[in-house]
Amino acid sequence: MSPVLSARGLGKRYGRRWALHECDLHVPAGHVVGLVGPNGAGKTTLLHLAVGLLTPTAGRIEVLGNPPSDDPAQLARVGFVAQDTPTYSRLTVGDHLALGAHMNPHWDGAMAQRRIEDLDLDPKQRAGTLSGGQRAQLALTLAVAKRPEFLILDEPVASLDPLARREFLQDLMEVVAEHGVSVLLSSHLVADLERVCDYLVVLVASRVQVAGEVEELLGTHRRLTGPRHDIDALPRDQYVIEESHTDRQSTLLVRCDGPVLDPSWTVEPLGLEDLVLAYMEQAGGGTRRRRSSNARSNVAKLDVAQ
Amino acid sequence: MIAFGWRQFRGQATIGIAGLVVVAVVLAVTGPHLVSVYDTAIAACRASGGTGSACNNPVTSTFNALQTAVPILVLVVPVLIGMFWGAPLIAHELETGTFRLAWTQSVSRLRWLLVKLGLVGLASMVVAGGLSLMVTWWASPIDKVSQNRFSPSLFALHGFVPAGYAVFAFALGATAGLVIRRTLPAMAVTLVGFIAVRFGVTYWVRPHYMSPATTTLPLSNAAAGFSYTGAAGSPGVASINTQQPDLPNAWVTGTSIVDKAGQAPTSAYIKQACPSLISGGPPPAGAVVHARGGGGIFGGKSAVAQVAPGVQNSLTRCFSTLGAKYHEVVTYQPADRFWTFQTMETALFVVLALALAGGCAWWVRHRIS
Repeated sequence: MSPVLSARGLGKRYGRRWALHECDLHVPAGHVVGLVGPNGAGKTTLLHLAVGLLTPTAGRIEVLGNPPSDDPAQLARVGFVAQDTPTYSRLTVGDHLALGAHMNPHWDGAMAQRRIEDLDLDPKQRAGTLSGGQRAQLALTLAVAKRPEFLILDEPVASLDPLARREFLQDLMEVVAEHGVSVLLSSHLVADLERVCDYLVVLVASRVQVAGEVEELLGTHRRLTGPRHDIDALPRDQYVIEESHTDRQSTLLVRCDGPVLDPSWTVEPLGLEDLVLAYMEQAGGGTRRRRSSNARSNVAKLDVAQ
Repeated sequence: MIAFGWRQFRGQATIGIAGLVVVAVVLAVTGPHLVSVYDTAIAACRASGGTGSACNNPVTSTFNALQTAVPILVLVVPVLIGMFWGAPLIAHELETGTFRLAWTQSVSRLRWLLVKLGLVGLASMVVAGGLSLMVTWWASPIDKVSQNRFSPSLFALHGFVPAGYAVFAFALGATAGLVIRRTLPAMAVTLVGFIAVRFGVTYWVRPHYMSPATTTLPLSNAAAGFSYTGAAGSPGVASINTQQPDLPNAWVTGTSIVDKAGQAPTSAYIKQACPSLISGGPPPAGAVVHARGGGGIFGGKSAVAQVAPGVQNSLTRCFSTLGAKYHEVVTYQPADRFWTFQTMETALFVVLALALAGGCAWWVRHRIS
């Protein structure tokens, strides 16, 4: 399947600061992709580049095979829900549906109507008086009723309470199941993404640290605990992402393509949250960052493997 | 997109149209009365031998409050349009983030921008132009008596030129909002920028739309004045002041008193020609001897000081001596150029607005990304 998003050497600079730097990414179609990273990592920049709100300073990006632009045909293929789910506060819910109908050639009016009814939204209510959850649902309705091939959501649940958060994500999953769209959604919380994503991109400090299918990531990352080891003596297929040592014991978080054969290690599987946190910490420039350049080359290798 | 543009603008448009309707009702109710005052009172006044400003009074003093409020309204409506329709047009979308919603629908940014600018820009012209044309009709009896609509202060309140001002103010507001990205500073910039451009055009550009006509008038104490000023202990300076010539509805841009060679009379020459007016040497400290002939003034302009009969005789003699050598040259835009000037100034502001719109189009595509 052709990729929904591919980036090569992609960068966006504001003044002297790179908001996104040397980003290589290749996201196949048919996934619900979680883009995770701490605040300020460049998630929003990447998503805005993908929908054409920003133009790259360096490198190139393609979405559904075309560079993003404000060409109507390309815009029609990608649905976008921006951060904080902006809506026109003075306009009613009905006005927003009319907006969608007027501005999108493939608008699915029946679907939009049904969703608004299911959500118990009053078409005459002004968007400014909706709750955060309702507003997010309205924004999602606009994005999905446009019938895009690829739906991009920027921190859609960040401002929602836990209940609204779950409802929103369930709702999103129903849309995915019904219409088979590819989805890319960002969050700074892994927990939000864990339930819905089958593909993960970790973006820290304006660089992609790791990207891959969730199952594969979980299958290839291990926590090793054992007597004190010198990490340079590890087999070539094991890459250390995080290490901590006491006098007698080493705890390593490694990515390994094959089984761990050294019997002195106790091998444990790794949760998605731990995995993401390890990458975040590694890229965040912690004191234990000794093999960072190596780890970065892992990323490239992983990408090629996709 | 047009339907959505209208939906967004509906609330503001309603306010604008409601305001226009209120003004229309007020003017429609009071206008006929002004006409009847003009028809009856002035006719009666003239029939009984009255002339000039005495006969104009009934018209110029009817609806005093309205005669003050209406010009102010015509003057400020373009600024208000720029500040309240123009400045928030894009700035508010940038501030609240809704541009990200708008720009990710299946409509190009350029189309989005042009529809918004076109729709609200046209509405600006309709509201300001409609208001101005109504006021022009309403004020026509006043204009008939004051015969002064071409003057810099009244030109802008007549005809359709306010439509040009409004569309320019709107475009200026929209551009400022797009570039500054915040509504309030954009409103301030719109206010200051619009006033600066209006002022500049009025005083530095408008006089050059067409080269002015000139006419020469013989010098007489009916059309000019004499003044003699100076500090105590030094010889006083005598000069001849020109007066507005009687050119109804024309825009007089300059008057000067010159001889055939184009030279103005020197103080010494005037003293020599008018010895009786400066008898007694230099004027006392701070004093100004100022004498001016009567008559020749139209339309409620500055009143003429009455001078004593003895001085009047001296003035007549003085001016007949001066008039043998000097004459008054008047440069002016004739009254029949009024609508040409209206068209040219409107076109100038529309072109400025289009240039700003072009700038917005460039900015939206190249700078906000």
